[in-house]
Amino acid sequence: MKHLLSVDDLSADAIQQLFETAADMHDVQRREVKKLPALRGRTVVNMFFEDSTRTRSSFEIAGKWLSADVINVSAKGSSTSKGESLRDTVLTVCAMGVDGLVIRHPASGAALQVSEWVDASVVNAGDGTHEHPTQALLDAYTLQRRLGSLEGRHVAIVGDLTHSRVFRSNIQCLTRLGARVTVVAPPTLMPSGVGAWSAAAGFDTSYDLDDVLRRDGGPDAVMMLRVQRERMTGAYFPSPREYTVGYGLTRDRLAVLGPDVPICHPGPMNRGLEIAADAADAAQSVVLEQVSSGLAVRMAVLYHLLAGESEGGMA
Amino acid sequence: MSLVIEGASLLGEGTTDLYVDDHGMLVDSAPAGAERIDAAGLVALPGLVDLHTHLREPGREDAETILTGSRAAALGGYTAVLAMANTTPVTDTAEAATRVWELGREAGLVHVQPVGAVTRGLGGEELAELGLMHRSRAGVTVFSDDGRCVHDARVMRRALEYVKAFGGVVSQHSQDPSLAGPAACCHEGELSGRLGLPGWPGIAEEVIVARDVMLARHTGSRVHVAHVSTAGSVDVLRWAKARAERDGTWSVTAEVTPHHLLLTTDLLAGYDPTYKVNPPLRPQEDVDALREALADGTIDAVATDHAPHARHDKEHAFVDAAFGMVGLETALAVVRTALPQLSWPDVARVMSATPARIAGLADQGRPLTPGSPAHVVLVEPDAALTVDRDASASLSRNNPWHGRSLTSRVVHTVYAGRVTVRDGALVDA
Ligand SMILES: [Zn+2]
Repeated sequence: MKHLLSVDDLSADAIQQLFETAADMHDVQRREVKKLPALRGRTVVNMFFEDSTRTRSSFEIAGKWLSADVINVSAKGSSTSKGESLRDTVLTVCAMGVDGLVIRHPASGAALQVSEWVDASVVNAGDGTHEHPTQALLDAYTLQRRLGSLEGRHVAIVGDLTHSRVFRSNIQCLTRLGARVTVVAPPTLMPSGVGAWSAAAGFDTSYDLDDVLRRDGGPDAVMMLRVQRERMTGAYFPSPREYTVGYGLTRDRLAVLGPDVPICHPGPMNRGLEIAADAADAAQSVVLEQVSSGLAVRMAVLYHLLAGESEGGMA
Repeated sequence: MSLVIEGASLLGEGTTDLYVDDHGMLVDSAPAGAERIDAAGLVALPGLVDLHTHLREPGREDAETILTGSRAAALGGYTAVLAMANTTPVTDTAEAATRVWELGREAGLVHVQPVGAVTRGLGGEELAELGLMHRSRAGVTVFSDDGRCVHDARVMRRALEYVKAFGGVVSQHSQDPSLAGPAACCHEGELSGRLGLPGWPGIAEEVIVARDVMLARHTGSRVHVAHVSTAGSVDVLRWAKARAERDGTWSVTAEVTPHHLLLTTDLLAGYDPTYKVNPPLRPQEDVDALREALADGTIDAVATDHAPHARHDKEHAFVDAAFGMVGLETALAVVRTALPQLSWPDVARVMSATPARIAGLADQGRPLTPGSPAHVVLVEPDAALTVDRDASASLSRNNPWHGRSLTSRVVHTVYAGRVTVRDGALVDA
């Protein structure tokens, strides 16, 4: 494996292998001295064309704990606005000798395109509304630790699916690990062509959150997605209040869920909109665990892509 | 210089010699001392006419100039092209139109007919000087804000009314901006959903086509639908053409691009901006409907929408890259590959005679008979060719056909009696 562009690049075995490494990395996080020498002499560039303190710091710490030299490049607005092409921008950075390029870009497909231009290993840290593979891996890793295995488990993903790269990566990751997935959203926030897509990829769709929470004993895990503020004026739904009534994880819905059903959210949360404070802070909420899992999973990804003598270094 | 074209198959039938006098006119008998072209085995068609070419001059001469675009056109068998108005500055005055026309004359390889903007600066609000452009030496009759839709119904209505005074036609880029905004770049469907690309739904085209044919009917004017891309638009056109024919007071015509006849939306799966075009590539069902509509006359013409771009304008993330692909040099071969059953008279109709009539170019698209100007293209009908984007006269390389095999090859092109392409190579002094 040279790049991590999409969850689609990973077999179920490869995902479990990453999770095993992540578990080791998790142990490292509990040590007093958190450094491993694995990536000594390697250079990792975090190239972020879009702000994300959370994801960027997670990759930065992951690289540093593996002893890589980590450089952050904030490339926001640097290419099109100056007339430079994305290719030129990226090649300029990579000309300095880069082993790993962690890229976040507001355009779908950007990470794949970049991987065709550079020699470095590319990690997709979120491309537009397309994919965010390390987020999906950390979500699945977190849930697997809670639930034992994802095989046959039912996961509900709720919220703005159309604009969610987290959803697109999670669908692939969860189904690959054997989970049954139901995605829930109002029709305006369902991706186009979701009917044919869900049939081919093997997931269910619903417009009715309460039905999904009650039917067949309810889901084994719930993943709430963030609603972007700008969607509220885009005629996607009538009002925040109506959204919360239809699709929010409210206190009432929390009561319907069993106390052992983990609640995920990729953050940052709109408390009171897609998730009530009670649900966000409930004992079953794994939101903070997702953050520490994220670090472990990103360490594992960088390790598998960049460590070792063999080309590509998939251990 | 006079010319004899020997043994050509006229529109794929029989063999004939064509004689051209030194005024560039087709004549009855062989002029003395004529240059000769051996056209045995080649099909002779009237020179092709493109209703929709982007030449990028003025403003983006690094991507194409009127001269380089003319060269590409000649290599593609064209003898006339309509140069779209979305240059920098926009072709929205008589002076700007005349300048394009003059540069075309200087290049001298094809007739370059400027298209005038419908609205000032393509702003969509105030009418450009349509009448002055028409009265200029360029004699503009086709008006288009192409690249943008004239989306204000009132402005579109006024434009249609206004051009009636001199028999003009409004060529519409049909894209309702509230249904397919400027970022829309992928046919809206399962693929756009999976790829996370902003969807460009067919309905955004269809509602404008439907509205515009009603406006044309209401005003008794002529509307031309540029680059039709969906089966739904074809349905609307079929209805509108039947009504227009019955009424006899208004008309609707439409064009389709070669790429919409052969390429499908699944090519976007790899996010290659070469395939980013507006309107976007559509699914196979739409492609099938477009082919059928071209064959049965619901769609009148093939137009290239030749849209050259400098390399760095395509080397962006997919949503940020420029829209468009080149197409002048490959159009005939793509049409022949997409519709092998189309007869040569039909090819001549959709790529020459009808576009010339829509554009009001009386000298172009005429049957190859004595008394007509000698605009001729000679085609090797069954030649297999593999497209090489670097073997191109265009300044740009955004060529979706690179490496593909197509059938039919333009061997010679004659523009007003002058050989512009001989044996597949430009004859340019
Ligand atoms: Zn257009």
